[in-house]
Amino acid sequence: MKGNEAIAYAAINCGADGYFGYPITPQSEVMETLMKEKPWETTGMVVLQAESETASINMVYGGAACGKKVMTSSSSPGISLMCEGLTYLAGAELPCLVVNVMRGGPGLGTIQPSQGDYFQATKGGGHGDYRLIVLAPASVQDMYDFVDLAFELAFKYRNPAMILADGVIGQMMEKLEFRPTKPRRTPEEVRAQCDSWATLGKPKTRERNVITSLALDPVVMENFNIKLQKKYAEIEEKEVRYSTYKTEDAEHLIVAFGCMSRICENVVDMARENGIKLGMLRPITLFPFPKKPIDALVPQLKSIMSVELNSGQMVEDVRLVSNGRVPVGFYGRQGGVVPTPDEIYEAFLKFIK
Amino acid sequence: MAVKGTIVVDTEKCKGCGVCVVNCPFGVIALSHEVNSKGYNFLHMVSPDKCTGCTSCATVCPDSVITVYRVKI
Amino acid sequence: MDINDIIKPENKVYGKSSVLTDNIMHYCPGCSHGVVHKLVAEVIEELDIQDKTIGVSPVGCSVFAYNYLDIDWQEAAHGRAPALATAIKRLNPDKYVFTYQGDGDLASIGTAETMHACNRGENIVIIFINNAIYGMTGGQMAPTTLLGQVTATTPYGRKAELNGYPLKITELLAQLEGTCYVTRQSVQNPAAVRKTRAAIKKAFQNSMMKKGTSFVEVVSTCNSGWKIPPVEANKWMEENMFPFYPLGDMKDR
Repeated sequence: MKGNEAIAYAAINCGADGYFGYPITPQSEVMETLMKEKPWETTGMVVLQAESETASINMVYGGAACGKKVMTSSSSPGISLMCEGLTYLAGAELPCLVVNVMRGGPGLGTIQPSQGDYFQATKGGGHGDYRLIVLAPASVQDMYDFVDLAFELAFKYRNPAMILADGVIGQMMEKLEFRPTKPRRTPEEVRAQCDSWATLGKPKTRERNVITSLALDPVVMENFNIKLQKKYAEIEEKEVRYSTYKTEDAEHLIVAFGCMSRICENVVDMARENGIKLGMLRPITLFPFPKKPIDALVPQLKSIMSVELNSGQMVEDVRLVSNGRVPVGFYGRQGGVVPTPDEIYEAFLKFIK
Repeated sequence: MAVKGTIVVDTEKCKGCGVCVVNCPFGVIALSHEVNSKGYNFLHMVSPDKCTGCTSCATVCPDSVITVYRVKI
Repeated sequence: MDINDIIKPENKVYGKSSVLTDNIMHYCPGCSHGVVHKLVAEVIEELDIQDKTIGVSPVGCSVFAYNYLDIDWQEAAHGRAPALATAIKRLNPDKYVFTYQGDGDLASIGTAETMHACNRGENIVIIFINNAIYGMTGGQMAPTTLLGQVTATTPYGRKAELNGYPLKITELLAQLEGTCYVTRQSVQNPAAVRKTRAAIKKAFQNSMMKKGTSFVEVVSTCNSGWKIPPVEANKWMEENMFPFYPLGDMKDR
């Protein structure tokens, strides 16, 4: 099954209430699969093709504000259009899932894979001080599993979550294990979970709920920002996810996420065959970035190299962790070109020389 | 059957726009020379005897400051 | 008969709707928004749907509508209210869902969302306040500003060759298969207010009958933006707005 199809099945099987999207390559299979499966006849999940990405993300806002598990998916140019909605969702503290199957940019760019939206996903994209919870899948199974995980985290923190995939993972076909399905929550369960904030219709027994990101009073606005930052700090404390490959005795480290982490496993093996103690750390959450695990490895390291499908974005976060203690290098290809393990290994050798 | 009406004005909330005054068919109401705490010349009755409780004033009031009462006599 | 003998609960024939909060509205004296807010509140009260109604407020003067109607509200990004309402209604078909939008929000930045929600026939109510100007930002040209009308960004009057023509979006929406009820009303006198109230009530009732989108335009005044006192503004509206934006039902099926 393709990674994009896995997203669709995961959404149905984890009890999502709604999907709102607009076609864009390389992720159109997400909505196509949902439309083919007709979940509105089985689970009652709503699927709607909107008139634009702008409308899609605002439909997500409307649904999320009702306490529903709603999502959208798109690719880079579409996500740029959604950035207005993303900052409003973050500002209104609404849980939702946005999938970005990245393609090369800037502008209309190419439909080939890229990781060029790392900055956009982890540093904002929209205006104001906000963060998304960002998960980076590296397999079709990840694509499936991260849908449920993203919803769990989104609701736990009332914050939008993003699956930051790329064209490789979206289009790649792999074996997939379905997880036990979750039924959609009943209206009573939604009310029990979300009545303190969501627009479920105002009963006489509570004050009206208002979903807004507007606060004209600067003191109120600052206090809200302080509250948000506390939440983000808690997420950084509790929700870091990463995996490592042969780091126990590593003297050199590659940091890579998504499809690049798979390619870099081969690079580690090539180095090991040549007697170089190379390991790899793969951030699974890009926000929160695995600062502590990398920091813990720094004392044993002689170098760190960030390998990305862009011109060097995550490397800035790696440098911040290293903070000058070990040299931090970078290797990447752009515009839809995916490097081979040999090519990365050559670059690594050149860097550590 | 004759009717007799009257109104009660929430003078603190009245903004003195005067839309009610021109919509009163019987010349019952006018803006006061006094002002409320916001500085608005609020609504009051100048010819209360003429009020029929027709609700025209309250119907057009943007700030819902007029309550209308009516009795049949 | 003494006035105090008349002022008794049993004699009350008109008063503030229980769905309106006690907050003093931030609108300027005489602003049409207050009247339309009241009418929406009265309809919600009459239909007894306070616990089943979800409102979507726009960006513009009525961004704070949620301070005045005691129902659950969502505040949308500029122009996006119909997209929010689409999802709310589709995910909660048992709820009454309405948007409340001004001319800049609905007919300029939100044209796409408006057209497509109406074209899909979403079972929602759209209340459109058309006062031919941007009130909140200080009286700039709106898509519905009349030719020749002076605003902060058309200081010499709107000219077609420079600014294009005023947009009759309500006429456009009436052409769409998805709309079931499209009407243009006003609130400058008691008869007009009662008609608008009836229109809003019908629109809310339609939204539960799976007939499509109901769209109620209210031609309104903006005293501050027009720089005309409230009573004269109503006259200006009748003389200048009504010929270009004629009142009445455009569609009712």
